[in-house]
Amino acid sequence: MSDTGFLAILIQMVGSTLRVSTPLLFASLGGLMSERSGVVNIALEGMMLIGAFAAATVAFVTHSPWLGAAAGMGAGLLLAACYGLFVIQLRADQIVAGTAINMLAAGITPFLSKIFFESTGSTPSLPLDDRFQSAPIWIAWILVIVCWAWVNFTPTGVWLRFAGEKPEALQSAGISVIRVRWCAVLASGVLAGLGGASLSIFLASSFSRNMTAGRGFMALAALIFGKWRPGPTAVACLLFGFADALQIRLQGVVLWGTEPVPVQFIQILPYIATVLVLAGAVGKSRAPGALGVAFKKG
Amino acid sequence: MTIKTYVSCWLLLAAFLVPCAFGADFKVALVLDKGGRDDKSFNSAAVRGATKAKDELKGLSLKIVEATDDNAFESLLRSFAQRDFDLIISVGVSQADAVKKVSARFSNKHFVIVDAVVEAPNVQSLIFQEHEGSFLVGAIAGTMTKTGKIGFIGGMDIPLIRRFELGYGAGAKHVNPKAKLISNFVGVTSDAWNNPAKAKELAVSQYGQGADIVFAAAGASNSGLFDAAEEQKKFAIGVDSNQNWIKPGYILTSMLKRIDKAVFDACSDDLKGGFNGGVKRFGLADQGVDFSVDEHNETILPREVRARAEKLKAEIVSGKIKVPDYYQKKK
Repeated sequence: MSDTGFLAILIQMVGSTLRVSTPLLFASLGGLMSERSGVVNIALEGMMLIGAFAAATVAFVTHSPWLGAAAGMGAGLLLAACYGLFVIQLRADQIVAGTAINMLAAGITPFLSKIFFESTGSTPSLPLDDRFQSAPIWIAWILVIVCWAWVNFTPTGVWLRFAGEKPEALQSAGISVIRVRWCAVLASGVLAGLGGASLSIFLASSFSRNMTAGRGFMALAALIFGKWRPGPTAVACLLFGFADALQIRLQGVVLWGTEPVPVQFIQILPYIATVLVLAGAVGKSRAPGALGVAFKKG
Repeated sequence: MTIKTYVSCWLLLAAFLVPCAFGADFKVALVLDKGGRDDKSFNSAAVRGATKAKDELKGLSLKIVEATDDNAFESLLRSFAQRDFDLIISVGVSQADAVKKVSARFSNKHFVIVDAVVEAPNVQSLIFQEHEGSFLVGAIAGTMTKTGKIGFIGGMDIPLIRRFELGYGAGAKHVNPKAKLISNFVGVTSDAWNNPAKAKELAVSQYGQGADIVFAAAGASNSGLFDAAEEQKKFAIGVDSNQNWIKPGYILTSMLKRIDKAVFDACSDDLKGGFNGGVKRFGLADQGVDFSVDEHNETILPREVRARAEKLKAEIVSGKIKVPDYYQKKK
């Protein structure tokens, strides 16, 4: 790397970090909505996947990335409604229902692509003009600020937090916990769908099967690591993005001796970072009090 | 016996008999790996060959399945072997263990595996000399680079892909001793064949480091490289299938691996009763590997570069140039 300027490398790394962390940002904000209201959301992965598929499909048909993003949000919303029906209305176990939603998304996307495009799990490639160039990065960061302000400084933000901490108190104040949780889960689907859209029509140019590749779970990890707060969660997403950008840079670099460091070793760096950070570098991370507990109107 | 069980017994019997009635067909099963049939590269080539066999050869029926994860191979192969399938074709090195196990258990069935060697009398192993084809596209990249730097993106970090990398680098150095190779891998699990977003980041990073031509052997992840090439107005090189059409003007050429031809021949040989176990090798000499020239790249690939590559091809075939082989190096 000696023949490339340090500044140039730095700029490339920053660009790479911002791009890679964008889908994570959207999804982890979605997770924040849902989990602060008391609903565990491991279905983020599935919501992202279906959002990615819908976005790539609509952007291909309409030639507009904006309509594609809207479709991604819509698809995420639909899947979230499905999830909400089971965990809020019917009080199913949230982990089981979430897993089911992920499987549903993984199965339904190849099925739909077969119907629409005669393919098994991919959509046609989008030309340059039909994809986003940098808009999702800005939108993601604006959403982080909006989310932070909303959760901390608005009455409805207080409702959200109480639904997750002390739902009985909220209910006795005359506010429907069920309704708050429904809104939160639906918002979560919209955000996760947008995260998926940013993956298929911003980072890539088409949908491919299981293209989220665990990003929904990374977003959850970022959320836990960020102690369920918007600011630290966004920083956690950036850290994951940075670890990824760094491992891209470190591949094939000779650190000692004559042989480059094995790819396998370099690629575990993001995970080592995650484990180390979660294992104590950030202090205790406390989940919302009523997280995962279905609310029954008493 | 109630009516219900009586009827269901008959239905069950019918379900067994109906396939037998059409059992005169020569039945071929094609088992794809995780990249899937739409990877526009490796698996797509196998599908093309098998579909051509179905269309052109009389009395051949075809079933194509995709394994969604690596643990599914063995049960898929077993289920085909248990049924009346005559020839089972496994695509991809990750199926080697499954083929080894299942072929030993069903010694009366014929198996074909692409990209790996399984030693059994009822298994035909189709091996391609990837290093030779990669040498040629490496030589093309080495001739055409303006910055003196070229890139390589591998899918999963396995010896097979290292073989591409080694041949590619050797080809570039052969024509341009000062050429510098930047090499990256998408991942170390089979998810790497299906992660275009990551491949694009790798490509952007390589272009950013000064590479102006990048070759990727990464299955469905290749589309990420092509997006990056289009955005950065740089060149890319495709793999396995002819990928020049995907982004015309940005894909310099594709290193062809004629899996389609090999799969078609395997079907047609077995149909005619000429199945042979053992290893079949495909190299430059029999056009099993090659580089592609078509209407999408003839304007960007200068005539003299093509001529030079053809000359190198002849020299490799005649044995004048020895291309380093990662498989040999490892031993």
